Amino acid sequence: MQLPGKHAAVLSLALAVTVAPGLARAAEPIKIGVIAEVSSITGAAIPQAAKLAADEINAAGGVNGRMIEIVEYDDHNSAADAVRAFQRAANQDKVHAVIASYVSEVVLALEPWSGRLKMPMITPGAASDVISQRVHDDYDNLKYTFHGYLASTFLSDSVCDGLKVAAVDGLHMKTAVVMSEDAAWTIPLDAEYLKCLPKIGLTVLDHIRLSPDTTDFTPVFNKIEALKPDLIVTGISHVGVQPTVQWHDQQVPIPMIGISSQATSSTFYKDTNGATEGVIYQTVSAPDVAVTPKMIPFTNAFVKRFGVTPAYCGYTTYDEVYFIADAIKRAGSTEPDKLVAALETTSWQGTIGKTEFYGRDHAFTHAMKVSPEYVSGLLVQWQNGKQMTVWPTEIANAKLTFPSFIKLPAK
Amino acid sequence: MQFLQILIDGFAISSLYGLGAIGFTLIFGVSGVLNLSHGAIMVSAAVVAWAVAGSLNAGPYLGALAGVAASVVIAFATYLLVVRPIQTSRRIPREEKEIFVLTGTLLWGIMLQEAIAYFFTSNPKTVRPLIAGVVNIIGVRTPNQEILTAVLSWLVIGALWLLVNRTRQGKTLLAASINPRGLTLLGFELSSIYLFVWGLYGLLAGIAGVLLGAFLGVSSDNVGTLTASAFSIVVLGGLGSVSGSLLGAYVVGYLETITAYVISPSIRTIPVLLLLVLVVYLRPQGLLGRR
Repeated sequence: MQLPGKHAAVLSLALAVTVAPGLARAAEPIKIGVIAEVSSITGAAIPQAAKLAADEINAAGGVNGRMIEIVEYDDHNSAADAVRAFQRAANQDKVHAVIASYVSEVVLALEPWSGRLKMPMITPGAASDVISQRVHDDYDNLKYTFHGYLASTFLSDSVCDGLKVAAVDGLHMKTAVVMSEDAAWTIPLDAEYLKCLPKIGLTVLDHIRLSPDTTDFTPVFNKIEALKPDLIVTGISHVGVQPTVQWHDQQVPIPMIGISSQATSSTFYKDTNGATEGVIYQTVSAPDVAVTPKMIPFTNAFVKRFGVTPAYCGYTTYDEVYFIADAIKRAGSTEPDKLVAALETTSWQGTIGKTEFYGRDHAFTHAMKVSPEYVSGLLVQWQNGKQMTVWPTEIANAKLTFPSFIKLPAK
Repeated sequence: MQFLQILIDGFAISSLYGLGAIGFTLIFGVSGVLNLSHGAIMVSAAVVAWAVAGSLNAGPYLGALAGVAASVVIAFATYLLVVRPIQTSRRIPREEKEIFVLTGTLLWGIMLQEAIAYFFTSNPKTVRPLIAGVVNIIGVRTPNQEILTAVLSWLVIGALWLLVNRTRQGKTLLAASINPRGLTLLGFELSSIYLFVWGLYGLLAGIAGVLLGAFLGVSSDNVGTLTASAFSIVVLGGLGSVSGSLLGAYVVGYLETITAYVISPSIRTIPVLLLLVLVVYLRPQGLLGRR
């Protein structure tokens, strides 16, 4: 049958009207909101890594033909700004998931909003145990929050595991002072340090909590030095440059080992004028060691694009964009409850290891599983301006070495 | 031993506080301006010194010079772009000008702070020390940079004293602070005196900023604290009084150091604030201020 020209035109138009919205929906981007303090070294890595991952996914065809769009918000390290950004992301910009902040106080402020607005949210760097404990205690309301970095307790355990081999067995150290900044993430961190350090054979001589506003660390180091510990176990993230430079300039003869978030980015060397030489920090990612096949290619791509190595939360953010995309693909939807269900069954081999989340019955619901099978820690030391992995021994590419002003215990 | 440690650390930090506050009080004394962008100017000097010494590989001395030069330029910009337009404006009522200058410099300081955070991140920067290493002073291991900080601060303060008391240009400054109208009647151009004092202020704030950057490190987040600290010292010592500011700096420096050593570094600034409240109640003109 041959349709008269006029009828054919009408039919084509009708077809176009019916099909076009469907086509438009198929091409609608998947929006991921990224909230971080972009003027800090650690925070800047979050949107940078997210864009890198999104560009790679888009270059490979997107998620079922849908492109990933990163919508950035700067929270200026303020919980109030972060909450406003989160509300805007959910209500106005209509994002489908949010990757938010490396600061526990900010994430704890966003967590109830994630529940209220039913907006799946993952933090790539905040550590406070309370984030996942809250999900456990109020699952129905807070199940939208996922803890995409190691909880503080797991961080302390990882530091203790490393210290057992590197400091106690390797350097015959017997005593330590815990020095942490006063923040939400260090409360469980310190509590666990005080439990796990004695277990590995290190007597804790003192436990010092610093105000994050401290600029002159001389009194702190003097107090520590008077106690003559073999090492200083750190828990610092908001502070970093100043204690490190003053430790070096005052030639405090005690090694610093522990969590030092700012030290994870290569810009730290420049910011401290090289004073970080000899500092050892715990992390789950290092620029020089192939913990997973994806780690070095990501680091290289990041350095090529942004000129610095990614801070620790750059690695986790990169993985998170990928496994959010994977969860959307598996869920076949961006509908929040379906997306949460899919994220709960995530098993993603990323840059830092295999990411899976603890379930509803675990005390740390939606926290990352931590073990050598999944994600586990490394100790990295600044040596000659480079970040060198010194533990676990199986993958280490350098041996511990210290600046000349450090006095190690006699063997 | 702790006593000696407090004595040495307190002296270094107090000298630096003194140098920082002296410019602040000078500007107020001569031109009646409370410059709330003071902290931002100090931090700018330190960050420029850090950037030039580090990124451009120019070395610590050239870096320090660049930092001080940047501070002088920013001080002139503060005067010419913010303060003078307000002072000469006919649309702002005379009695409101002070509050306009206060707000203007505050906002200018915030703009500088945000610019530093944008271009250099808010992470603290430490200026490469002019002299590295440590010396042992009767059992107290003291960084050479700390000694240099105290020595340079006092050299600059001494040079300023000579300038004000022994040179014609300096005496004009003194006269401007006492009776600006009389000075105008004698045929002096007040605007050129103001330009001179802002240049001098830039120099002092710049040196203080670079020394602070090398001694403790600075970040754009410190801007407010630095302004507040200079403000506290100057109010404590007596607004506009140079010797009062120096005394205030030592009271604040030692009180903070004693608190940090004997009680806790976390509450370092609290006793100073309490003292400030007491002074405002009991002696509002400050320790050496004139009524």
